[in-house]
Amino acid sequence: MIEWINAVVQGILLGGLYALFAAGLSLIFGVMRLVNIAHGDLIILAAYLGLSTTMLLGVHPFVALLIVMPAMAGIGYILQRGLLNKTLGSDILPPLLVTFGLSVIVQNALLEGYTADPQKLNAGAIETASIAVGGLSLGVLPLLTFGMAIVVIAGLQWIFYSTALGRGFRAVSDNQDIAQLMGLNKAHIYGLAMALALAVTAIAGILLGVRTSFDPAIGGGRLIFGFEAVIIGGLGNIWGTLAGGVILGVAQTIGAKIDPGWQVLAGHIAFLVVLAVRPNGLFPRVEH
Amino acid sequence: MSALLSISGLKKSFGAVVVADDTSFDVAHGEAVGILGPNGAGKTSLFNLITGALGPDAGQIAFAGQDISNTSAARRCKLGIARSFQVPQPFGGMTVFENALVGAIEGAGLRGHEAEDHVLAVLEDTGLLPKANIRAGALSLLDRKRLEMARALAAKPKLLLLDEIAGGLTEAECTALIDTIKRVNANGTTIIWIEHVVHALLAVVERLIVIDFGKKIAEGAPKAIMESAEVKEIYLGVDPDV
Repeated sequence: MIEWINAVVQGILLGGLYALFAAGLSLIFGVMRLVNIAHGDLIILAAYLGLSTTMLLGVHPFVALLIVMPAMAGIGYILQRGLLNKTLGSDILPPLLVTFGLSVIVQNALLEGYTADPQKLNAGAIETASIAVGGLSLGVLPLLTFGMAIVVIAGLQWIFYSTALGRGFRAVSDNQDIAQLMGLNKAHIYGLAMALALAVTAIAGILLGVRTSFDPAIGGGRLIFGFEAVIIGGLGNIWGTLAGGVILGVAQTIGAKIDPGWQVLAGHIAFLVVLAVRPNGLFPRVEH
Repeated sequence: MSALLSISGLKKSFGAVVVADDTSFDVAHGEAVGILGPNGAGKTSLFNLITGALGPDAGQIAFAGQDISNTSAARRCKLGIARSFQVPQPFGGMTVFENALVGAIEGAGLRGHEAEDHVLAVLEDTGLLPKANIRAGALSLLDRKRLEMARALAAKPKLLLLDEIAGGLTEAECTALIDTIKRVNANGTTIIWIEHVVHALLAVVERLIVIDFGKKIAEGAPKAIMESAEVKEIYLGVDPDV
């Protein structure tokens, strides 16, 4: 029995990581209706930037965040204003194709720069540290990841509903033409949204790299987990995204408990069930 | 008085439909100008050209002595041009207060309490204060029209473009609206007003411009314009020979 409880708890904590994968995706889709196919590869890019930073400066991966977050935010802003803004319009196909191409480019650039060897970020003792709660042993790193997911999502929620920047995001998302007539520079707002999304991606990438080994080809899988978390939780609801991540994580760890080979499949099945029963996700934004 | 807005040789067409045909006119600082014309004459398109939602095929638009023909819509708002829409277009998911706050922060460049105080004053002025925390998507038509005006005023415009804001209002509401517009104008805001409710328009404006098929066909003092045969024929559909 305790093993099953353990599987559920580990799944919940894993869900925090998936929510971090998904948060940036959800933000971008919410503000500019852009489906970013390269999102998974950008997570891996962040992990590699973390690797380079730790190796060059000899710092702890979490300290590397201080460099990787602004770097990813800068990349996001430039990417958005230099490339992605030009693809946005009434047709949804161009951004899909361009971000798909971007995904291929990022993957191959990483392959060229870092080879296909799996890498890992070394965070020291924290990786294996755990605390005993009841009969369970909870890893400090998964707890930290889950806590980080809550902080990030609460932060995004606060930015969206309590700051001028968030009001800009919502105004542009609501009616971009009117927003421009009210003095909002759409291109700049979109750039800031992408910068914020990739800053979150930096956190996700570093935590991923500390948790498991990574190589340039695994971005696609992270993208799928992110998408599934967003859709299970319901589009446009950022706390729903956390719930979606948790559901996906629990489905995976329970699947793995039944048979180790079922881990990923069980997650996909949970996703398909939600999609069949509640096509708008479990907690869709209340529409006006 | 120098011109705040100066339009010269403005041309715009969508295929065979001409919405601005060599249009030229000036609007002085502090003036209130009315624009009349039948449906489809190009009145709203003229506003779209002035605000930057549409780019002209030819011609110049100068604002406060600066050529803004190629300036972005967002930039023009910051320079001091704001408009209301004939069909109200609020940010439906945001509250009335937030709608106006976007204008105050992005358009007028105000910050913090200054922005909030300005928005409260504007909402008070437009009668929306009791509804400040209601989601704009839930407002009635009249309140949506008020919000159009409030959001535009929140941006502290030098030039306010009003597009058929009196349409669909009752007599009493219309009178209140006229008072508000007069007060805004008296405080130094220049106004261009498109309106089919002619008596409301005449209560405010000092000058009328009549356009048809994108062409300016008459311009001058309201009384003279309303009595000219050409305007009666084209705009009011009265055959001058009868």
